[in-house]
Amino acid sequence: MGMTFAEKVLAKRSGNEKVVPGQIVMIKPDHLLMHDNAAAITAKIKDDLEKHGVVSKELPVIVIDHVAPAASEKTATNHQDIRKFVKKFRITNFFDVGHGICHQIVFEKGLALPGGIVLGSDSHTCSYGAVGCFSTGIDRTEAASLILTGETWLKVPKTIKMTLKGQLQENVSAKDIILHIIGDIAADGATYCSVEFWGDIGQLSIEDRFVISNMGIEMGAKNATFPVDEVAVEYLNSIGLAPSDYDAIWADDDAEYYMEKEYDLSAIEPVVACPHQVDNKCLAKDLSDTKVDQCLIGTCTNGRLSDLVAAANILKGKKVHPDTRLLVLPASRKIYEEALDMGIIKTLSEAGGVILPPGCGPCLGAHQGVLAPGEKCISTANRNFKGRMGCKEAEIYLASPETVAASAINGRITDPRGDI
Amino acid sequence: MTKVWKYGDSVNTDMLFPGKYTYTCGTAEEILPHMLEDLDPDFAKGAKSGDIIFAGRNFGCGSSREQPTVGFKAIGIKAIVAEGYARIFYRAAINQGLVLIECPEAVQAYKEGAEVKMDIDAGEIIIDGQKFNFPLLPKEILAIRDAGGLLAYTRNKLG
Repeated sequence: MGMTFAEKVLAKRSGNEKVVPGQIVMIKPDHLLMHDNAAAITAKIKDDLEKHGVVSKELPVIVIDHVAPAASEKTATNHQDIRKFVKKFRITNFFDVGHGICHQIVFEKGLALPGGIVLGSDSHTCSYGAVGCFSTGIDRTEAASLILTGETWLKVPKTIKMTLKGQLQENVSAKDIILHIIGDIAADGATYCSVEFWGDIGQLSIEDRFVISNMGIEMGAKNATFPVDEVAVEYLNSIGLAPSDYDAIWADDDAEYYMEKEYDLSAIEPVVACPHQVDNKCLAKDLSDTKVDQCLIGTCTNGRLSDLVAAANILKGKKVHPDTRLLVLPASRKIYEEALDMGIIKTLSEAGGVILPPGCGPCLGAHQGVLAPGEKCISTANRNFKGRMGCKEAEIYLASPETVAASAINGRITDPRGDI
Repeated sequence: MTKVWKYGDSVNTDMLFPGKYTYTCGTAEEILPHMLEDLDPDFAKGAKSGDIIFAGRNFGCGSSREQPTVGFKAIGIKAIVAEGYARIFYRAAINQGLVLIECPEAVQAYKEGAEVKMDIDAGEIIIDGQKFNFPLLPKEILAIRDAGGLLAYTRNKLG
């Protein structure tokens, strides 16, 4: 019997010929991702760092993105502590305020490679499955230990195979696919599992795959991955990585899956995850009575160029409804500059959008668009938990950039198909 | 009698510890007043060492946010018994030396006011005299928990 993607990566990296689900293996990740929480992480091991130093100055990747630029003296001091740590230990992969969201930076800089392993002190570290990397989230304490040792344990997960069949309708996108899947399988439907996406994936761009892998955690998955194909190779080429720079791993044809699911993409309609759970699946067309006070396009899920283009195509020549506000956050400086060059930023601004700096923005409720009691926000983010955007009496609806853009025009939740 | 705090399914990390405090509260002292703030305002005031938490499916889902595990450990929560956990939370709990028990049968059997006893090392929970068994962690993982958490374990190793 063959092995799944997760089994093969973990076998290879732990020096085992074969591993089975449930087995505990020791691995050394290629990189350890941290963001603003690097301040708290390094504070835990201040004395240990004096004694032992960092295990490798190339291991950590630190991106200041969560509350960036700083919103208070406290967050400013966190950033200052991170810069001191970076200088003192000559950390090579450091990206200060303005570079963008950590997951996008890892992706753009080629720090997550096919067949590699990346761990990160952020739950959306699972995003790099888009390029066939085994990546998953850990907590701050484990990140602290990894800075010192470079090694940790992983339990070999069971694997779920999801086959995507058929073609998407116009103005239905990757976000709708993953919200549909999570609605089907439930927020804990893939807990502890590795998820592999197969089928008609050639139609999904690398950005689409990122959206889907990013939200793997919202069904409880340990990682969520696509096989490396021409689309992935082309993307990696575009950032200067040739196939000889990585060692892609594919599941065996006779791998054993814990569960297999099939989804017909042509039947998927624009989906909205209603408050306060990501698996609370509704259809945009059924929510046209729901007024929204704020519309957010951005975050690590949907702040890429294709997302901004999709939103601009809908908003071009139109105005944001006077009873709502539109916030736009490019996921990185690179995306911001590309969108500027293409005139996308101008289109979104002319429509009435507020362009925020590359970063996480209001997604986690710390700044730049916190909600008031009773307000409703439709967002391209990945979580709609109660209190997520800073107010427990507010409501968050999750949707695609197309649906959020259409909703911004009408001031109420709008299906982006057809006339708006 | 052991005090039990009972919660439902999908208690997420924002309910356990609101995201807006994640970059301003790092130490146990800073974390404790905000524990379960948006879920159960009585918890931070009333929880005591030796208390037990019962919960449903997918406990701790959401962010990589270890503050709730730091808070539970600082309070001295004896164990959390749930039908299931999100994996980052589960891992974070081990790394803080906190005891998590996955035992759906025990959660379903628990009624308010029931007497709860447990022998963690033996893998047993007794609810009003009815015994339930739960699987023990592998020895590699127990070694981390029993060292008092991952940093203590790592320090022992590094010397």
